[in-house]
Amino acid sequence: MNRRLVLLIPLGLFAALAVLFWSSLATAPDGRDSARLGEAFPAFELPALADPARSLDRSLLTGRVTLVNVWASWCAACRVEMPQLAALAARGVRLVGVNYKDGRAAANAFLGEFGDPFEATIHDPSGKLGFELGVYGAPETFLVDAQGVIRYHHVGALDTEEALQVILARVKQWRSQP
Amino acid sequence: MNATTLLVRLIPEYGQFALILALLLALVQAGVPLAGAATSRPLWMAYARPMAAGQFAFVLVAFGCLTASFLFDDFSVAYVADNSNTRLPWYYKATAAWASHEGSMLLWSLILAGWGFAVSRLARGLPRVMLARVLGVMGLVGSGFLLFILLTSNPFERRLPAIPAEGADLNPLLQDVGLIVHPPLLYMGYVGFSVVFAFAIAALLEGRLDSAWTRWVRPWTHLAWAFLTLGIALGSWWAYYELGWGGWWFWDPVENASLLPWLAGTALIHSLAVTDKRGGFKSWTLLLAVATFSLSLLGTFLVRSGILGSVHAFATDPARGAFILALLGLTVGASLLLFALRAPRADFTGFDWLSRDALLLINNLLLVTMTVSVLLGTLYPLILEALGLGTVSVGAPYFNTVFVPLVALLCLFMGLGPLARWKRMPARELWRRLAGAGLLALALGAMLPLVYAGRWNLGVSLGLTLALWLMLSLARDLLGKLRRGATWRAGLSRLTPGYWGMWLAHLGLAVTIVGVTVVSNYSVERNVRLALGERVAVAGYGFTLEALDERHGANYVADRATLAVARDGRRLYTLHPEKRRYTARARPMTEVALRPGLLRDLYVALGEPLGRDAWSLRIQYKPMVRWLWLGALMMALGAALAVLDRRYRQDRHQRRHGVPAPGREDVRS
Repeated sequence: MNRRLVLLIPLGLFAALAVLFWSSLATAPDGRDSARLGEAFPAFELPALADPARSLDRSLLTGRVTLVNVWASWCAACRVEMPQLAALAARGVRLVGVNYKDGRAAANAFLGEFGDPFEATIHDPSGKLGFELGVYGAPETFLVDAQGVIRYHHVGALDTEEALQVILARVKQWRSQP
Repeated sequence: MNATTLLVRLIPEYGQFALILALLLALVQAGVPLAGAATSRPLWMAYARPMAAGQFAFVLVAFGCLTASFLFDDFSVAYVADNSNTRLPWYYKATAAWASHEGSMLLWSLILAGWGFAVSRLARGLPRVMLARVLGVMGLVGSGFLLFILLTSNPFERRLPAIPAEGADLNPLLQDVGLIVHPPLLYMGYVGFSVVFAFAIAALLEGRLDSAWTRWVRPWTHLAWAFLTLGIALGSWWAYYELGWGGWWFWDPVENASLLPWLAGTALIHSLAVTDKRGGFKSWTLLLAVATFSLSLLGTFLVRSGILGSVHAFATDPARGAFILALLGLTVGASLLLFALRAPRADFTGFDWLSRDALLLINNLLLVTMTVSVLLGTLYPLILEALGLGTVSVGAPYFNTVFVPLVALLCLFMGLGPLARWKRMPARELWRRLAGAGLLALALGAMLPLVYAGRWNLGVSLGLTLALWLMLSLARDLLGKLRRGATWRAGLSRLTPGYWGMWLAHLGLAVTIVGVTVVSNYSVERNVRLALGERVAVAGYGFTLEALDERHGANYVADRATLAVARDGRRLYTLHPEKRRYTARARPMTEVALRPGLLRDLYVALGEPLGRDAWSLRIQYKPMVRWLWLGALMMALGAALAVLDRRYRQDRHQRRHGVPAPGREDVRS
């Protein structure tokens, strides 16, 4: 009898997978709130992607409302959202990239291919800054206000008009805050 | 309208009818022989073979009709209008049949019916009941997919009455030889595992799994695996030169979908060897056979439902996803339930912790761990999403971290496997045979980076040591075998195709590992701005931009650059990278200029124009990248060679002559 129960394990695992697939087909992606919301952007000191000699730190993110986008060249979803990021940059939103667990050459090639909407990109090859930010994967986007405090968080690609509108509204909201 | 045009206009209807007839035949092929096998009615069982032939014939007619619709530019057919164009060259028209979802599924069904037909022709020696069950199960799977096509993805759907005057053209990414051969090979592999699956279900239904069964299943498994290997390698090669990034593996969900059945299939091949030679691992073999085909179906589901984001963007349609999921649930659920109820009793055949059996067990554990970790990585975004945690991409960092150490472990044991004996292998003898190879591999592996690049490199040393370890232990094994005969020639004549197949496939993996190691560590990539007449040096080669002009192709206009490549002041090659704009879709495409070589590839892609007479260019130096695919080719050839082994044909010989074939004794049995 015991042995038959063991033989049922594959079926059980498969049933769990099937339920997962079923729910994935049915549900739309939803946002996840970051534990970092309302906190200061973590301190960091990392090289710039474009120029390894130039060191970037938290002062990069103060003074203006900034959208910080965590991306990588290995991430397919990041490719999808590049036009949206370019559109945001064209509308005057200040963008800073965090290149997450990526090689410099691959990342620069990615920007060469898809365009570079970022004012600066922080190179985070070990994923240390990503870890501090509580990033699960790429892409994720953080809205940082002029004081350097994280105000909004979007998980996954900004691939819908709706997501774009939400971001623009938030940028406007935090720009008008003293 | 004269009679001929009318006949041509009606081609899609013939296709549609043929497809419906094929479905009916498949339903009969599924129902009657299975019922006959359950109730021991020979006449019912005899339905299996003609129905398999009929189903194949009608799916072939349907497929021919779709191809003809493409060749005749029948844009009243929505699928043709979306994927073709009058100016498309004829060979791309013919192969556009499988460029998108509907046609791909039809190709899937065609290949499935083709494998069924092949089984019905080649498996004449199979017991009648077994044949009826195998073909019955294949008929069931076939009906499911034909129903799927007819209900949700009909390639013959008309766009009436507003017939477009011109088609939207084939996706430029797919206008390439790689596309012509990649999907058919991949599907041959995916679907080929349906044969093994059907055999496994038949064995479970019959409650019998003997060595005759394994001898039937092994060649089919090898063949499907060989096709899948070729398909994956071609896909990787195609991505390398067509996507323009110079990458050869992206851990993209679609790639992973093909890797999953490949890993499980590799485990199956090795588990089957134990079942065949030692009668062990029976339930495990059956489970792997079910799992391998289930993963093929899962891959189809993941790709076709579009629930995972991917560079291979396919049309997404929830109805299709739901249908394939239902199909997957029924097929896999039912077979796993059957497995739970009918799997053979404990089949532990005693063996030592150091023996070929034990090493194959380790091989299976490692391969299954790899399969599960790739599956988890692929599904992780889905799991997060289902838990309401948002969408993310899990990329190369995860897969490389998990996969590389597992491959390293696998190679370590793989070197021992062929030299170990079944049941028991004295450690001292194994040490005596392999210590030399191991030490030599370590020493060479440590030194080679220094010789090649002038610097120590731990990663490269590790990769090369493993590859050398595999190569040297294979060489040691072969030498030992040759020495065992009275003369070399006598030793050579004792070696079977099965042995050579194993040897070649294992060597292929070593060659692939060399390629992966070197290209991952010693590639040079430069993104440069070049104006006319300017020169840049990359990895010892000088690249000079000599000319920029415009070139007109059949259905595109291209900006073309001419670069001279020189080394040590001597002009070697002229390269022509292009940036094409396909007129129908107004979509730009990078056409890479490649200079392939066994030791290095030079790879130039055009980026963006930077003002007058200047372009951004990506220049790459890719050492030994060809070894990747060369190794895969050797693996596929090895598997194909093993199919020729005489032991798989003994049953036929026995039937014809009433005595067992005199066949050569297997070297180590």
